[in-house]
Amino acid sequence: MHDLTPRARYLRTVRRRMRLVTFGRVAVLILFLLAWEISARIGLLDTFIFSSPSALWTTLLDMIGDGSIFLHTGITLYETLVSFLISTLLGLAIAVLLWWCPLSREISEPYWIALNSLPKSALAPILIVWFGNTTKSILITSISLTIVTTILTMLNGFLCVDPDKLALIRSFGGKKRHILTKVLLPANIPVLMNVLKVNIGLCLIGVIIGEFLAAKAGLGYLIIYGSQIFRMNWVILSIVILCVMAVLLYLLIQWIGKQYEKHRQ
Amino acid sequence: MASLLSVHDLCYTYHTREADTPALTRVSFRVEPGEFVSIVGPSGCGKSTLLSIIAGLITPESGTISLGTDAPHPIGYMFQRDQLLEWRTILANACLGLEIRKELTAQTKDYVKQLLTQYGLGDFLSHRPSQLSGGMRQRAALVRTLALKPELLLLDEPFSALDYQTRLSVSDEIWRILRQTGKTAVLVTHDISEAISLGDRVLVLSARPGRILQDLPMDFGADRTPLSVRSLPAFQTYFQEIWQAMTQEGGENHA
Repeated sequence: MHDLTPRARYLRTVRRRMRLVTFGRVAVLILFLLAWEISARIGLLDTFIFSSPSALWTTLLDMIGDGSIFLHTGITLYETLVSFLISTLLGLAIAVLLWWCPLSREISEPYWIALNSLPKSALAPILIVWFGNTTKSILITSISLTIVTTILTMLNGFLCVDPDKLALIRSFGGKKRHILTKVLLPANIPVLMNVLKVNIGLCLIGVIIGEFLAAKAGLGYLIIYGSQIFRMNWVILSIVILCVMAVLLYLLIQWIGKQYEKHRQ
Repeated sequence: MASLLSVHDLCYTYHTREADTPALTRVSFRVEPGEFVSIVGPSGCGKSTLLSIIAGLITPESGTISLGTDAPHPIGYMFQRDQLLEWRTILANACLGLEIRKELTAQTKDYVKQLLTQYGLGDFLSHRPSQLSGGMRQRAALVRTLALKPELLLLDEPFSALDYQTRLSVSDEIWRILRQTGKTAVLVTHDISEAISLGDRVLVLSARPGRILQDLPMDFGADRTPLSVRSLPAFQTYFQEIWQAMTQEGGENHA
């Protein structure tokens, strides 16, 4: 053991630490589930309100059996992805427009600030009244939650680019569209990646808010409906699925970012 | 009337809500083909403004600029920092101007490759700017400018971001390249030594609002190079002369 090189010793310490962290993470989850299950079985927790891991498992199998879990998860996932695409693309387009026409930027500035500080969930009830008890309302609720920050973050990214880089393009006789395509957009890919990461989470929140108020299906609907008829197994299972979905969507965006980096090299 | 560049009675003022800041007053000078002209002046004297006006990036308030050439892209501009785009390779960076002008063909691309090779960047065509040293980056930026075959190069303190040693060797290199290719150059700098060592002529600009205080020919003989002239006795004499012109003018302002 004493003949290890300093590098080998360092690597061994790093690997041990990584194993310890992974083990710790799994242990926390298992201990939590065990404590929950045992407290439920010995009557410390009221299973009617708090459910239990084994009851959730049975519920999951039931809902897989009748396919309802796929319906609700699928609808929420679909609504999240659609609102994510629309709010990101539309937000990017509006940011470009505001950069392109500084007058429009100056005129609209106070309104963006007002919209940005407004708690967007306050809009949801009105949107439901205006657009009805439909998927459209849910999408608009979710888009309204994400689009303003998308616009402001991207616009700020455009305005932060070194003015000499813009002068460089102009010294070659380049026009605004060259500045946009050759400098502003490529320079702001890292900003866009961050916007995507924030947006995917916000869109999921927006969709759930929308489904609370107007839906006939989806995990948000299942949570509200389940709590109304005291099927807590449904409610808690939906929340667990939401957790998993949020993490997977985040990892998906991160993966896309990594692929882009690799492609660029 | 064979001057490559004639600047006549140029005035420029920056306007803000609070105040008007005159940047240049009645600046006139000529640059002959093949000349290297240094413009030296204190910080904020409107040197960069002057170059931006010559390059057509901003419009002068009054006065005229005329160019004695019919080259398709008469003017090339080099910035304070190299402004290479990090997401492009060195070759793609050097082709940027051609790309914007829609002149990127196999032929022009070969020309750019040849230039890069000639200036020691042949092995770095597909590297990223961050993988190159400061001097190499500045040469890549020079190739990007030369790719459009300009007659007149405007150098806006292009060495100011480099450390002192790199700065001496890069300015020497770039001076040689411009000399060999017979380009005309206008350099602005606040560094008196740099102005003397590179320029065939030095124009001394006053503090803001900039006007031309002196127009001094630098007579170092035919075999001058930016590094060698620094050790000549005449270098010190010119330095004193320019220093006095700049400080006396400053003294008057404070008095």
